[in-house]
Amino acid sequence: MHPGIIFFLVILGSILFHIFTPWYWTDVASNWGGMDDTITLTFWIGGGVFVAVCLFMVYCVFKFSYKENRKAEYKPEDKKLEKILTWATTLGVVALLAPGLVIWNNYVNVPKNALEVDVMAWQWGWQYRLPGKDGKLGTTQVVNVNDDNPFGINLDDPYGKDDVMIQSDVLNLENNVPVKILLRSVDVLHNWYVPQFRAKMDAVPGIVTFYWFEPNKTGEFEVLCVEYCGVGHYAMRGGVIVQETQEYNKWLDQQEVFSDLIAKQEKMEVEKTKLVKK
Amino acid sequence: MSEDYNDNKTIHAQSSETMGGGSAGVTPDMDYVRPAEIADQDLYHGHSFITKWIFCQDAKVIGVQYFLLATFTGVVGLILSWLMRLQLGFPGAAGFVTAEHYYQFVTMHGMIMVVYFLTALFLGGFGNYLIPLMVGARDMVFPYLNMVSFWSFFVAVAVLMASFFVPGGPTGAGWTLYPPQTILEGTPGSGAGILLMCLSLILFVAGFTMGGLNYLITVLQARTRGMTLMRMPLTVWGIFTATVLAMLAFPALLVGALMMSLDKVLGTSFFMPTILKAGEVLEYGGGSPILFQHLFWFFGHPEVYIVALPAFGIISDLISVHARKNIFGYRMMVWAIVGIGALSFFVWAHHMYVSGMNPWFGFFFATTTLIIAVPTAMKVYNWILTLWRGNIRMNTVMLWCLGFIVTFVNGGITGIFLGNVSVDVPLSDTYFVVAHFHMVMGIAPLMVIMGAIYHWFPLVAGRFLSEKLGKWHFWLTFLGAYSIYFPMHYLGFIGVPRRYYEMYDSPYVTSAVGMNEFISLAAFLVGAAQFILIYNIIKTLKTGKPAGKNPWKANSLEWLTPTVPPEHGNWGDRLPVVHRWPYDFSVPGAKDDYITQTTPPSEVSNTGVEKT
Repeated sequence: MHPGIIFFLVILGSILFHIFTPWYWTDVASNWGGMDDTITLTFWIGGGVFVAVCLFMVYCVFKFSYKENRKAEYKPEDKKLEKILTWATTLGVVALLAPGLVIWNNYVNVPKNALEVDVMAWQWGWQYRLPGKDGKLGTTQVVNVNDDNPFGINLDDPYGKDDVMIQSDVLNLENNVPVKILLRSVDVLHNWYVPQFRAKMDAVPGIVTFYWFEPNKTGEFEVLCVEYCGVGHYAMRGGVIVQETQEYNKWLDQQEVFSDLIAKQEKMEVEKTKLVKK
Repeated sequence: MSEDYNDNKTIHAQSSETMGGGSAGVTPDMDYVRPAEIADQDLYHGHSFITKWIFCQDAKVIGVQYFLLATFTGVVGLILSWLMRLQLGFPGAAGFVTAEHYYQFVTMHGMIMVVYFLTALFLGGFGNYLIPLMVGARDMVFPYLNMVSFWSFFVAVAVLMASFFVPGGPTGAGWTLYPPQTILEGTPGSGAGILLMCLSLILFVAGFTMGGLNYLITVLQARTRGMTLMRMPLTVWGIFTATVLAMLAFPALLVGALMMSLDKVLGTSFFMPTILKAGEVLEYGGGSPILFQHLFWFFGHPEVYIVALPAFGIISDLISVHARKNIFGYRMMVWAIVGIGALSFFVWAHHMYVSGMNPWFGFFFATTTLIIAVPTAMKVYNWILTLWRGNIRMNTVMLWCLGFIVTFVNGGITGIFLGNVSVDVPLSDTYFVVAHFHMVMGIAPLMVIMGAIYHWFPLVAGRFLSEKLGKWHFWLTFLGAYSIYFPMHYLGFIGVPRRYYEMYDSPYVTSAVGMNEFISLAAFLVGAAQFILIYNIIKTLKTGKPAGKNPWKANSLEWLTPTVPPEHGNWGDRLPVVHRWPYDFSVPGAKDDYITQTTPPSEVSNTGVEKT
């Protein structure tokens, strides 16, 4: 069999695989459908180039296989052809880059009304904090973190007192409300990723990083850590539950607030001192 | 040079002009080449077994030494990949592959394949063997330093392999070695393992610098008479440019490895912020983990091209020789190699779009990254345009070349996905990335290495490798590798993360189970197929068909040595003199379909050869 036939079948197989694949992306559940569209566009342009180049190669292999009495063409350069190909490629690259940059511009500019969520990561788990009635998160420091202050909130920061603390790896979100995820880590790199939301960013110890999205489908989703963080990396999962406003508010009301925790601890202190006095 | 090329003066006119101010009445000598400016190199000729084969100063022997040692590390890397695929395809089937071991295998596989296998093989192996022969030198300019270079590499490999046997085992930090986890408990091998890794890298860089200086200065200073830069085979251009990149990029890795060792041993905080570990605050503070990532990728991205550029060069020569046609657009090819090399220093942070660096960098690095696609695409066009109207020998070498084109274009296109910042967001850290870089800098360069082995083996050993075994080797490797990595991209679309020891039962990945089994089986097959080559080499050394001189009818100098295989000193009594580029194939009017670089114009004065 002529080797060209096998190469042709490889190309054909690739196309068919792409058309009939049962493995493809999950339904998008956030505002980042544009990323899917850019991928599709890249598939058309890039895939087109791949198929064209390979088919041309296969054609040459068939047409110009070695014959004793034939001589190859002698043509070191073709300036015109090279110029055309350069510009055509540049055009294709611009067509791919432009939409990519537009979406990136959206990605780095967070809407003003986005709800800020503090996502705190460690080896190997997650917990979350939401701003209280004042709408602002209190500042934090790694050295403050202890059993009495699981998020390391600065005690002299008035904004921190009413922060809602979710000491669970499952976070509830309100449907159709943009969320600004503020990531921090107390030890190593992590990354809070929900495949259906498409968006991701590393959590880096020492700094606070961010990204945003707007969930637009209710339901439960799995959170994966996607930045290698040591031997428990693959088991570092969490969850997100996207709810309609009413249910979300009901859930929110049941969550503990930082001042409650402080009060509880103060009460315990007082009772302890009472016991000691007795 | 480009001016010489552009004006279509006749060879006569050109030659008499070169005579410049020559006395009137002398017949213009069309074969004139300016005289040598420096005396012939004095070489140290070893006589004992040790000086001839072990502590040897002959670049060809050093090249083979590099080749064999790199291949050894490659086999280790291959076995590690089998163990990983065993766990991924059939979780728990091999009880000894615990999560710790899995991450150690991932790390060592990555580092070995990129640095100790591919880099050492292309530059140390092919570079040493081919550069002096192709530019018409007797040896590298600093033969002793060259020998020390190999032995530094040897020690670096020994230190790396030793890390398998220290308490805690080798580092399991991922080949990118991102701090802080790299040097903290919770990562396997965060004690002796990571220190040995850093030490081994430092030794590698030191040894590599010695070799690299040799390659550069040999190319710049030791070319034979008539071998202008624009008459060099593209193989030399590729290796030369890659070496320049290596000289500039490896120091960043060296510094990163050094600073990380200090963080580990002395408790400095170059990369270490305040860290809370098991309820206690560690004695680190103020360092930046992202700084390491910048250093690493400032090395790491050019590193991709340190592997790719020699591959580009070699494949150009293989295609040209076996399609019996000049490489299309030689000057464009040279400038593309140089341009890609230069641009490769301005794209490193495309590995860091979601690293937490200032997101505004994304605009800059996406743009530079996609600009690189243009010269790269031009190279691909020129390869297939070289096939166009050629006279293509469908031998094993050509098959590897075609396999390279398919896998490289495939991997290049997926690179455009990942380089385009917002498209990267959903795909980064998934199997799409794994599939992409294996296709483009694993399989594609491997195709080149294999093609190069089948092409130059008759020179190195004087015998042809078996074509029949070669074809089996090719088809199993190409079809197998393609069916590993092509479907793997689709796991990335689902969102399956890389560096997962197992997936548990995430609802949307159940469909990945079957594919993982298939990929693992294909990986076992492809790995096993490589032993066909080893068998082929052993068999050929014993009973292979003798190749004789210039068996492929190539033009470049390495095939024109007085003895095959070439001896120490390469050229016998007189150095060759070069009159043309190495791509004069199928010149109209010529007797044969090739004109070697040493053929003087007077011998082919009736042909339609273009002045090069």
